[in-house]
Amino acid sequence: MLKTKAILFDATLCVGCGECYSACKHANHLPETNSDYLKDHLNANTFTVIEQYGDIYVRKLCMHCLDATCVSVCPVGAFEKTDLGPVIYDENKCLGCRYCMQACPHHVPRYEWSRVNPRVRKCIMCYERVKNGDQTACAEACLAEATIFGDRDDLIEIAKQRLAENPDNYYQHIYGLEEAGGSCVLILSPVPFDQLGYSTNLPKEPLPTYTSKALEKIPGIIVGGGAFLSAMYWLTKRKNQIAKEEKQLNSTKH
Amino acid sequence: MKIIIPKITFWRVVAVLIVVSGLYSTYLRFTGGLSASTNLSDEFPWGLWIGFDILVGVGLAAGGFSICAIVHIFNIEKYKPLARPAILTAFLGYLLVIFGLMYDLGKPYNIWHAIIYWNPRSVMFEVAWCVMLYTTVLFLEFIPVVLEKYKLHKILTIMKKVAIPIMIVGIILSTLHQSSLGSLFLIIPQKMSQIWYSPLLPLYFFISAVGAGLSMVIFEAFLSARAFNKGIEEDLLSNIGLFSVIVLMIGFIIKIIDLIISRNFYLLLKLNNNSLLYFLEVLIGILIPFGLLIQKRFREDRRWLYASSIMVISGFLLNRLNVSITSISPDVGVTYFPSVNEISVTLMLVVLGLWSFKMIAKYFPVFEEQIIKENFGTEIQEKTVTNRIT
Repeated sequence: MLKTKAILFDATLCVGCGECYSACKHANHLPETNSDYLKDHLNANTFTVIEQYGDIYVRKLCMHCLDATCVSVCPVGAFEKTDLGPVIYDENKCLGCRYCMQACPHHVPRYEWSRVNPRVRKCIMCYERVKNGDQTACAEACLAEATIFGDRDDLIEIAKQRLAENPDNYYQHIYGLEEAGGSCVLILSPVPFDQLGYSTNLPKEPLPTYTSKALEKIPGIIVGGGAFLSAMYWLTKRKNQIAKEEKQLNSTKH
Repeated sequence: MKIIIPKITFWRVVAVLIVVSGLYSTYLRFTGGLSASTNLSDEFPWGLWIGFDILVGVGLAAGGFSICAIVHIFNIEKYKPLARPAILTAFLGYLLVIFGLMYDLGKPYNIWHAIIYWNPRSVMFEVAWCVMLYTTVLFLEFIPVVLEKYKLHKILTIMKKVAIPIMIVGIILSTLHQSSLGSLFLIIPQKMSQIWYSPLLPLYFFISAVGAGLSMVIFEAFLSARAFNKGIEEDLLSNIGLFSVIVLMIGFIIKIIDLIISRNFYLLLKLNNNSLLYFLEVLIGILIPFGLLIQKRFREDRRWLYASSIMVISGFLLNRLNVSITSISPDVGVTYFPSVNEISVTLMLVVLGLWSFKMIAKYFPVFEEQIIKENFGTEIQEKTVTNRIT
């Protein structure tokens, strides 16, 4: 049985050196987008960024949700949640409806707005490398071990251990353990997560459950609606006919 | 051969200007991509082309299936004169929606992928299939008009036999489609203002589409009356106006109860952009038209009826833009307002819709009078005459 892989990012260890940023650019063959990596934002050519909040550095990247919203909303299944964990994207299937961008709770997918043949762009957790048993480029590049790669279960244990051993250093929460159903990127921070630009108003249940409640009703509407409309058609037709017959009967009487 | 030079009128000049600027925007869109033609961004991936061209376009086409249900399923035959124009409006509406999608989709040439790559968990997948199937149904519902024109009676008799099942399928597809456009937004509870977000969004989308679709039938009847110098079915339309505002009022009452139960009613008591736009939407779209048309003297006055239908449609338009644009705040400080190109393409679609309606209505038997003329057999004429009397 394949174990789900994950990334653990610990903001208390990150020194903001930018090695992960460069490694990501290199691994994904992405052009330079900003001379100062701390000022860059996620975009079609930047899959991970380092943001500075006072003396805290945090990373933003695709969270690779367990029940990923982008996977569920794509009408043509251009996104796939692989067994290993990474959420990958097939540009050849994509229509460009951008529902994934609208729906993503972490506000991750980016678009090639200026291209006539645009793609959705985001981190794919170095799927090719992970498939071959390697770690992601960002984890490999991190000298401070702020970003580490491994089995999700193991990383959760490590995170819990860190929270327990150094309670004063950490805000007692593992971001990504339960947010929107949980994700394959886990984050530890010294301060509450809303101060670092993470979405903290996410429900614990996966977001696709919100739409599945509506989609579940479709068979009922089809069967119930069909029966109701057929019945109404038959009844009203019959009523009109009887009315007509009665009228004829009356007119012959007179 | 006589060459007909169209008379130059104010609205014709406006229409030509709109189409020319729309074509220029089209050029920008397909040569420079979405960034050259829209104000869309990673923060605001959906804009006017989704909010208006798709959501409003589909919604206003709801008159088609509503009238169809009244006439052919509930067999209230006196509304029959309204059925064909309503179906034509819906058919053209859907064609324009597909046309508009070609602008909005990043890869419009992949639109057919929804047929071969399935993802039944996606609301957008449901939307795509509803568009495809219901457009086909509308085509089948409208094709008898063309068959009548060319007197293809054999195919007509076949069509008549399958008409009722087709209509039932059409009504179900419409119900699914209208509501699924609301379901699209169910997945972003954290991103939307709670004034508009509700698990009942699909229901609200359905109810408001039926209400506004019926008002669209009134609006379209008045426009046709002007364009073709023909009379209007005043008594029928004032009833339709009443149905329209009652349906909308029911939706409004459910919405208010929903806001109270979900403890979000307080949001309306705080005055800000969102609450003001919500007030505007319900005042123009529901409360004022309801207040007017519930009274017989306004309902039976042509001008008030016409004005109310315009108000309902405007309120509906605002509602869809509110749900898809106003209510969404991805990041503090990020705003979106449509670009000139987005607006010109949208206006061009409206002009094309009106123009196609006029052309088709001119050459095909869409209105009652034409239907009688087209089938000038005395038998049919007699029938209609007796129908009218009874």
